[in-house]
Amino acid sequence: MKIVIMGCGRVGARLASLLDADGHTVTVLDNDTYSFRRLPPTFGGTALFGQGLNQESLKKVGIEEADIFVALTQGDNRNVVSCQIAKHIFNVPRVMCRIYDPLREEMYSALGLETISPTKVFAQLLKEKIEGEKTEG
Amino acid sequence: MYIIVVGGGRLGYYLLKALLNEGHEVLLLEKNERICSTIIEEMGSVCYRGDGCEAATLAEVGTGRADMMAAVTGDDEDNLVACQVAKHKYNVPRTIARLRNPQNVALFKKLGIDVTISTTDLILEAIERELPTHPLTHLLTIEEKGQVIVDVKISPESATVGKTMKELSLPKESKLALVIPHEGSAHVPSANTILRAGDQIIALTNPESEEALRAALRGI
Repeated sequence: MKIVIMGCGRVGARLASLLDADGHTVTVLDNDTYSFRRLPPTFGGTALFGQGLNQESLKKVGIEEADIFVALTQGDNRNVVSCQIAKHIFNVPRVMCRIYDPLREEMYSALGLETISPTKVFAQLLKEKIEGEKTEG
Repeated sequence: MYIIVVGGGRLGYYLLKALLNEGHEVLLLEKNERICSTIIEEMGSVCYRGDGCEAATLAEVGTGRADMMAAVTGDDEDNLVACQVAKHKYNVPRTIARLRNPQNVALFKKLGIDVTISTTDLILEAIERELPTHPLTHLLTIEEKGQVIVDVKISPESATVGKTMKELSLPKESKLALVIPHEGSAHVPSANTILRAGDQIIALTNPESEEALRAALRGI
């Protein structure tokens, strides 16, 4: 599969190298080339400088042929807008969006984006761990 | 009318002032505490500190009863999200977003933002109007109908000078409204109206036929 990842932070870089290792065609986009240091030396995909909100940059990373677009920048709004560009302008079949704010995440999920709120997921995970340990002890 | 303005930069500040002067109920949402307190000091409690993209903030300021939201921060993405939350979570009837990247106009329209204002396009149009050689200028966009009113200048080099209207192959989406000749009074064109150098044609068209209209009227 052709996968475009916007944002080469810890999660973006890790996801890129995992998918690359599985044999997918991966392109990572970031507006700071220094972020690409996080990619392992074995990474066989493409890392390109560019803005995910800029349609020319997205074309350059091959968004028109992408099967999946994943937005993983630090900004919820940036992720939301670039995912909507990928979905509505470039008709990418599957777009995935990280949204920290749980309320915003619920709304965009209702609007048809595939969203993940790390805040919600992580809080839930911790809660289960804490309560699980309590009952055991 | 209850209007919520998002973003207390210069634009938001002057917008707030003007809307208050017109007697509207206006509330400005601004994240920065210093900007907020300066505005409150000057104009009273018309500014609320908070993120206009956050549903929780919008709930606190009664967005559900707002008639309009104008998102005018310097970031396109923040303006889009503020308008989308207002529209989809609080059913605000009219949402207006300021844009810097003209490419975003199409996306924002598609996502249901009622009015988009691209400052880049506005300045570009103003510059084009000032250039005497520019053959076609936008006068007005009628958003709801997807139509634009344009002004086409007929220059002496235009191949259509001396021809009648019925000889022109105008795109059928375009309607000629008015001819403003170089000298004399303006008139509504008929099939037999002859085009003269220096005429200005005011026409209604859809944006897709704009180029065809320009080419048909100027013959080049």
